[in-house]
Amino acid sequence: MTEPARLPTRQLLQPDLPAFDTRGVEPALREALAELLLTMADDEFVLGFWDSEWTGIAPLLEEDVAFSSLAQDEIGHARVWYEMLAQLTGSDADEIAFGRQAEEYRHARLLDHPRTDWAFSIARRWLYDTADSVRLAGLTRSSFAPLAEVVAKVRREERYHLLHMDAWLRRLAGHPGEPRDRLEGALTTLRSDALSVFAPLDGEATLIAAGVLDAPIAELADRWRSVASGVLSELGLPALAEGLPPLDGRSRAEPSESFRWLWSEFTTVRRLEEGVTW
Amino acid sequence: MTPTQATRPLESAVWAALHDVHDPEIPTVSVVDLGIVGDVRVEGSRLRVELLPTFVGCPALEVMRTSVEERLRGFAAKVEVAVSFAQPWTSERITAEGRRRLRQSGFAPPPQDAGDDHGLLPQLPAADCPYCGSRNTTLENAFGPTLCRSIYYCADCRQPFEQFKMV
Repeated sequence: MTEPARLPTRQLLQPDLPAFDTRGVEPALREALAELLLTMADDEFVLGFWDSEWTGIAPLLEEDVAFSSLAQDEIGHARVWYEMLAQLTGSDADEIAFGRQAEEYRHARLLDHPRTDWAFSIARRWLYDTADSVRLAGLTRSSFAPLAEVVAKVRREERYHLLHMDAWLRRLAGHPGEPRDRLEGALTTLRSDALSVFAPLDGEATLIAAGVLDAPIAELADRWRSVASGVLSELGLPALAEGLPPLDGRSRAEPSESFRWLWSEFTTVRRLEEGVTW
Repeated sequence: MTPTQATRPLESAVWAALHDVHDPEIPTVSVVDLGIVGDVRVEGSRLRVELLPTFVGCPALEVMRTSVEERLRGFAAKVEVAVSFAQPWTSERITAEGRRRLRQSGFAPPPQDAGDDHGLLPQLPAADCPYCGSRNTTLENAFGPTLCRSIYYCADCRQPFEQFKMV
């Protein structure tokens, strides 16, 4: 038997992002952009892996397809943000995505919760998608062109996620008994952590001064709260928590046990063989 | 930059050759008709082609990039195929020929009358059934077998079909 032809090795994350010039970016702005990109990348990356936990076991075949597709979209988005971050900081996207310890990830605490049940996944995703759409809207006129370009593209894809989640939120809310009870329970559990998507960033003032972000993050949180609360109150569902986004919404001394487990799953291949290529 | 008299014939030849390259997920439509080729530029002995991803996470992009490189080998001393987000790919970029071929292969082309609504809850317009032309169709799943496709059902000819998503 002849040895099978060796496939060309490729990195886990393909460097598909066009190269951009980072020389003109001031160090303070570079640091602030890196922080913003890491939070956005980690959010999409972690959510994509939670979504993929439904592959094969979703309650309906159509949802098996949908959640697998959502997972692929989110990990695709994370890939571009990690690539952009790697170019900006002269590092490696694979290393950032897979090479960190669990406590170094900066995803919002909302995404620290496990997949749980179907109602919980819908509630969490609806909260995240509504928040993410407000965050992306705040970046559409970003002065940092590579970011603005990808945001324009990503927003067109994310509207399908939002549409799908909103249809499910209404479907569960409209069925008294177990569906609605579970949805209410999930929203009650998540009502304060939902705000963690808008946890303040150290470089926020720099991002606003440079025209990357169009408003303080607390203002984005208010925009989100008014949109999301409108829908929740229309459906008579548990309200969001009051108050400001938590200061430690993205950096916590201890990530949840669930996230530690997820981390061990998505880093398995990487940890089996250092520097492995796909 | 406008192409010079000398480079224009080469550019035309490149565009013609790119009609032979297909999206592996929709093999009946060329990358040109899908609007994926953003730019073809000849500068001296260098040929640069820019591809626009239909979806950010599209796994077929790398295959298309390789196919384009292979098809264009020999067209210039240096052939470079790059990916760009500078102009976002939108479903409006699919040509009339691309839409015709999509329909022919059983895909509804993306709707053209949807505008650029980024409200919280945009409404997706109905899809025309590619088999019987009926508008009496329902969205079965916004997500389909690939990132760029949704699943619909035609109540008139009772056929499930896919629509190329509007993005």
